[in-house]
Amino acid sequence: MFGIPPQALFGQLLLGLINGAFYAMLSLGLAVIFGLLNIINFAHGAQYMMGAFAAWFLLTHAGLGYWWALILAPLAVGLLGILLERTMLRRLYHLDHLYGLLLTFGLALVIQGLFQNQYGSSGQPYLIPAELQGGRNLGFMVLPNYRAWVVVLSLAVCLATWYVIERTKLGAYLRAATENPTLVRAFGVNVPRMITLTYGFGVGLAALAGVLAAPIYQVSPLMGADLIIVVFAVVVIGGMGSIMGAIVTGFALGLVEGLTKVFYPEASKTVIFVIMAVVLLLKPAGLFGRAS
Amino acid sequence: MATTKASGGPAIATTPATLSYQYLAFGALVAFFLVAPFFIYPVFLMKALCFGLFASAFNLLVGYVGLLSFGHAIFLGSAGYATAHAAKVWGFPPELAILVGTAAAGALGALIGAIAIRRQGIYFAMTTLALAQMLYFFALQAPFTGGEDGIQAVPRGTMFGVLDLGQTMTMYWVVLGIFLGGFLLVYRTIHSPMGQVLKAIRENEPRAVSLGYKVDQYKLVAFVLSAALSGLAGGTKALVFQLASLTDVHWTMSGEVVLMTLLGGLGTVFGPVVGAFVMVTLEHYLAQLGAWVTIVQGIIFVICVLTFRRGIVGELARILKKPL
Repeated sequence: MFGIPPQALFGQLLLGLINGAFYAMLSLGLAVIFGLLNIINFAHGAQYMMGAFAAWFLLTHAGLGYWWALILAPLAVGLLGILLERTMLRRLYHLDHLYGLLLTFGLALVIQGLFQNQYGSSGQPYLIPAELQGGRNLGFMVLPNYRAWVVVLSLAVCLATWYVIERTKLGAYLRAATENPTLVRAFGVNVPRMITLTYGFGVGLAALAGVLAAPIYQVSPLMGADLIIVVFAVVVIGGMGSIMGAIVTGFALGLVEGLTKVFYPEASKTVIFVIMAVVLLLKPAGLFGRAS
Repeated sequence: MATTKASGGPAIATTPATLSYQYLAFGALVAFFLVAPFFIYPVFLMKALCFGLFASAFNLLVGYVGLLSFGHAIFLGSAGYATAHAAKVWGFPPELAILVGTAAAGALGALIGAIAIRRQGIYFAMTTLALAQMLYFFALQAPFTGGEDGIQAVPRGTMFGVLDLGQTMTMYWVVLGIFLGGFLLVYRTIHSPMGQVLKAIRENEPRAVSLGYKVDQYKLVAFVLSAALSGLAGGTKALVFQLASLTDVHWTMSGEVVLMTLLGGLGTVFGPVVGAFVMVTLEHYLAQLGAWVTIVQGIIFVICVLTFRRGIVGELARILKKPL
């Protein structure tokens, strides 16, 4: 097709799908946190990085492999998030949203700086777990097992999150609390605890994405810093109105980025931002957003 | 953005008595920068002046219109590239080179502003950040920016054919003149009828709309003005250091200018200059410590947001009960 070998095309599409999986998980976490706390979590990229480092740390210092990291790393980073919400973010709810953005921006600087001091800017390697090494030949391309696993798992996590928020009673409480916290409290729901746990969950999602990313990208202190800006663009494109919007836009933009890499590589780093500009001109509220 | 709610009540009416306080503060500022180069390393002071102008221009937007731009580095940096290119490749004299940089930043500001003001609040911040990141990649890949190396050995030239900017002290007086010109323009804008409309938009946008003001136009004009003044700072900085580089277009620089303004005092006239001075001093002394600079900056950010939202000048103004 257009003189591009199918191997390269499908390879880039797969890469795009994987990037899309990370965009989707991260923008989903941002959307969940924003929904209940009204805070744009600028530390999301740093928390993603901490997830990857937690996996690396568990392997090299505790001898616990990938499968343990998949559970323990999000738990540990999520707990740190809960601590953060209890001690700092809580003080900002009565202020303008932008103060939350500024606080988490400062925290991201501190976290990244600390990791840079400790581990330098070069990456730490993390091996693909033995069970997921190798790949299978699909005829038109070779599909590495680990990459397939990343796409499947993140899709499952995203859809499960969507199901919980949009289809269960717990999700109904959450959605009600975003509309009118006072009223929901009057029904006997512990809204502050729900907010705390939601933040912890969103942060945990970022950390889980970090664990998934560890064997693909190098584990490095700045791995989340530039990614978070792309995720912000994804959020603006999708509009933060819906959970499904975050998931669909995340995957779709990853694919678009992959396709650009095949047909016009020079633009691959900027294509998402260009799409953002176009979407803002045509539909300021974003593709899935509700006009406010 | 309800900055005033956090920074101590609505803007105090500028009666002649309160204005005289500001003149006093302005006099002190001018006096300091007239005397300082004889005691402090002038290049360091020039850096502080450039960032002071940059932060003042940024504050015009966040402090008086309530628009938090998280991509302002792009105006500082692109003006640096344009100025450096004009001076080095086209052989323009410094005054024209700086003008080219300022115009380039203003044009970029019109473009980014027109797109970004379609969203408000946090979305505005994220949009400006993302658009600035796009231009960062452009600066990284474009043929004339020199990639990772930037544009080096930019000639300072002779201003108006008489002022030899190669001499450090001459350069210093020119930078001080540019800073004061830009600063006074910001001051004039804030205290003009347009400035009053901008404040009205910050306080209550729907009401400003219902009063018949074309809010989007006012926002865009403020955005372009802020971008152009940031460009003025960036072009001047490129001549001072004879260098235009990626550092000035990277988003960490956008964060730094937010920090300078927040530390000095959002929505105060003198705050951004004080904040810039403090930050440049900190960076100067922490430069050997590597990533500790980032950590210290982050900690200052957290402290400012949690406990010190008025900033240095804002707190001072509260104690003196005078707007500064």
